[in-house]
Amino acid sequence: MVTGSREENASKQVKAFSEPSIVVARQNNALQIFALDDAAARLGLDVGLPLANARAICPEVQVYDADEAADAHALNAIAAWCDRFTPLVALDPPYGLFLDITGCVHLFGGEAAMMRLLCGALTAQGFAVSAAIAGTAVCARTLTRYAHGRIVRAGEEADAVRPLPVSALGAEAAVVTGLRRAGLKTIGDVADRARHEITARFGAGFTALLEQALGQGDAPISPRQPLPDYIVEKRFAEPVATEVVISATLSGLAAMLVAAMAQQGKGARRLEARFFRTDGAVRTIAVDTGQPVTRGEVIDRLFRERLDALSDPLDPGFGFDLIRLSASRTEIVVQQQRDLDANVHDNDELAALIDRIAARIGGKRVVVHLPQDTHIPERAVLAAAAQHHLAAAAHAVWPARAEGEPPLRPLRLFERPEQIKVIAQVPDGPPARFVWRRATHAVVRAEGPERVAMEWWRAENAALTRDYFRVEDEAGLRFWLYRDGLYDREIVQQEGRAVQPNWFMHGLFA
Amino acid sequence: MTGARTNTLASLRGNIERIEAHGEAYSPRRVALGHADADATLQGGLALGAMHEVFAEAGRQSAAATGFVAGLAGRAAATKLPHRPLVWIRQDFTEIESGAVSMSGLSELGLDPCLLVTVRAADVDSALRTAADALACDAVGAVVLEVWGGARQLDLVASRKLTLAAQASGATCLVLRMAAEPQPSTAETRWIVRAAHSPPAAPWSAWGAPVFDAQLVRNRHGPVGRWIMEWKCDECLFGKPAAYPQPVAAAPAHRPHQAPARARGSVFKRSGHRFA
Repeated sequence: MVTGSREENASKQVKAFSEPSIVVARQNNALQIFALDDAAARLGLDVGLPLANARAICPEVQVYDADEAADAHALNAIAAWCDRFTPLVALDPPYGLFLDITGCVHLFGGEAAMMRLLCGALTAQGFAVSAAIAGTAVCARTLTRYAHGRIVRAGEEADAVRPLPVSALGAEAAVVTGLRRAGLKTIGDVADRARHEITARFGAGFTALLEQALGQGDAPISPRQPLPDYIVEKRFAEPVATEVVISATLSGLAAMLVAAMAQQGKGARRLEARFFRTDGAVRTIAVDTGQPVTRGEVIDRLFRERLDALSDPLDPGFGFDLIRLSASRTEIVVQQQRDLDANVHDNDELAALIDRIAARIGGKRVVVHLPQDTHIPERAVLAAAAQHHLAAAAHAVWPARAEGEPPLRPLRLFERPEQIKVIAQVPDGPPARFVWRRATHAVVRAEGPERVAMEWWRAENAALTRDYFRVEDEAGLRFWLYRDGLYDREIVQQEGRAVQPNWFMHGLFA
Repeated sequence: MTGARTNTLASLRGNIERIEAHGEAYSPRRVALGHADADATLQGGLALGAMHEVFAEAGRQSAAATGFVAGLAGRAAATKLPHRPLVWIRQDFTEIESGAVSMSGLSELGLDPCLLVTVRAADVDSALRTAADALACDAVGAVVLEVWGGARQLDLVASRKLTLAAQASGATCLVLRMAAEPQPSTAETRWIVRAAHSPPAAPWSAWGAPVFDAQLVRNRHGPVGRWIMEWKCDECLFGKPAAYPQPVAAAPAHRPHQAPARARGSVFKRSGHRFA
C-alpha cells in the first residue's frame, strides 16, 4: 500500500487562505513550481512552470519557498505515525510511503476500513493523501498516482494498471518522454510490446519496474526499522495522559511480553517502548540490558529508571492513544542451576545493578576494564561497556606485579600528559626541580629512567621515545614524569643551539 | 491510660531507645587494617556495612587519599570468598583534575582490577543516586564515591541515606572527597590523608611504597588518632613503615573513649555537635 501525500506544503497553507498557492524551488537556475494546490492547478499552472509565467497567469498567486529538509522530516514523522498500522513502513521519497500490511488488516476491520482510517486521519491533519492497496509495492504506487482508493485483489494487478498512463510508473523523465515519442501512451501499450524490445531501448531496470507493476515480480521494500522479535501493545479508546496509567500500562505490557517470550525460551536484550500521541507525535524510548531479561518486574523497573532520568521528559500532550512495547533483540535464555554458594546469583545481581544504572545514566558511563597488550601506559587499559563485557572482564588476565617491588605504575594516570617545566642537573638525568600547575616541587628522590619506546609499527606520525622517572618531592608526594625524546638522538641540536626537551607529568603515585 | 495507648507509648519508647542507644547494640563486622595501633583504636578494624569518609584537603593530595581508599576497599572486599566486586563512582571531570584511577596502578597495589566496575557520573546528584543503588545491591563488596570539591548535595540527609543503605546490605561505603573541607555527616569514621615521605633508606634500595599520614579525625565509636601507615602491596595490608622514626606526628588521643551506655542526643545532633 502506498500513501502519496502530494502537495503537502501548499495544501496546508490553502486551508488558511483558499487562494491559489504554489511552492517554488530553484531548478536549472530558475525558480520553477515545485508543488501546487488544487486551486492553482485549476488555473492551469503545473509543476515545472517558471514562477514568472505563473505570476503572469495569476498575479495574486501565493508563493512559498520549497524546504526539502522539512518535507523529509514531515514524511518521517508520518512514517512514525504509520507504525501504528504495521511495523513494516518504508520511505519512498520524496512523498511516498510503503506499508506492508500483510497480516495486520484484520486488526482494523478489513482493507477498506483500514485505508479509510489512515486517509481520514492524515486528511484531518491537513495532508492531501492518495492511497491504494495491491499485491506488489510498485503496483500500489502506480495506482496511487491515478486511482486513489483502489484495492486490487491478488492476480488482478495487470488489469488494474494497464489503462494508466506510463508516467504513473515513476520511471525517469527521459524514459517517459521516450515512451511517449514512441507512441506508447498507457502501461498496457508498453506491456503489449515484447520485453526484449523494451529492454534494448530503455534498460533492464525499466523492464523490472514494469513487471512489478503488472504483478509479475516483486521487489522487497526496506523498512525504516528492523522488525522486532516480539511486540505487545495496548490501544486506548480515550487517550491516557497520567503517569499512573502509563506506568501501569507498561507493567501490564511487560508481563505480556515476558509471557510471549517465555514460550520460546527467549529473553530480551533490547527493549523499546513507543508512545503514540493523539496528535501524531511518536516518542520511542529504548533500554539495553547486559543479560537477557525474563522477568516483567525487571523490565518495569528499567523503564521506570529510564523515564525518571529523561532529560527531555515524556510529554503526553493531549494523551497517548497507543502504547507499544517491543523486544527488538532477544536471546535464548540458558537456565542455570543455582549453586549453593550463590556465586551465580551474585553475578546476576551485579548484572541487574549495572543494567539499572545504565538505564538511568547511559550504557557508556558504566565500564569495566580490559587489559591491552601494549607498553604505552595510556593505552594499556581499555574501558569497555560493562553491560556487554562483564564476563570478559571477570576473566581477564592482568600482568602480575613484581614481588617485593614498590608500585611501578601510578595510581592516578592523566589521560593527556600535562607539560611541566623542569630543571635537570644533567640533560639526560632525572629532574632536580619542576613546576607543575604553577607550584614548584623540589625533587628529593628520583628513580629512572624507564624507557618506553613508541610502537613504530602503528605510529602515523612517529612519537618520540619516553624516559619515565619516579620522583618524590620534599612533601612526600610521588609523581611519574617523562622526558619526551632521547637526548642526542631524537632531540638534536639545531643551528648550533641545544633544543630543550619537553617534560610531561603523566601520573601520581599513592 | 488505656491499654492500647500504653502499648503505643511503649513501642514508641522502644523505637527511640533503639535509635539513641545505637552504640550499645552496635557490633558490626570489622576487618583489621593491619596497623596494630590503628586497629586497637578502631576496636578491631574498619567497620563493614558502614560509611567512611576520606578527605584529601588539597587537590595534590588526591593520589594519597585515593591510595588509602583503595587500601580500605581492598581490605573490605577481602573479607569474603569469592571476593566481591567493587563499584567506583566518580564524576567525569575528576579525570582531568587529578587523573583517572589506573588499573595498572591498582594491580601494582595488589588489588584485582577484574572486580572493578567504574561508573562515570555526570554530576554529584547522579553519582549519589548511583551510589545508593549500588549499596542496595547485596552482591557488591564496597562502593567508592569520589567527589571533587565542596558538594552541597552531600549533606546529612544524603550521608544518612548512604549509611542506612550500607547497613542494610552489608556493603561498605567509602566516600573519597578531594579538595574539600570536612562537613557534618553520619560517617562511621572520617580520615584526612596526606602523603608521607618514603622511609629513609639507601638510594639504591627500593623506595616508593605508598606511605600515608592518616589522621583519624572522627570515630563514632571510639577515640581518634594519627598514624603513619604503609600499604604493603604484597600482603595487601596496612602496616607500620620499617625504620620510620615513629611517631612523626603526635597522636592526639584527646577524646576519651565514650561510655556506650550513656543516653545521647539524636544521631544528627550528635554529629553536628562534635564537628562544632
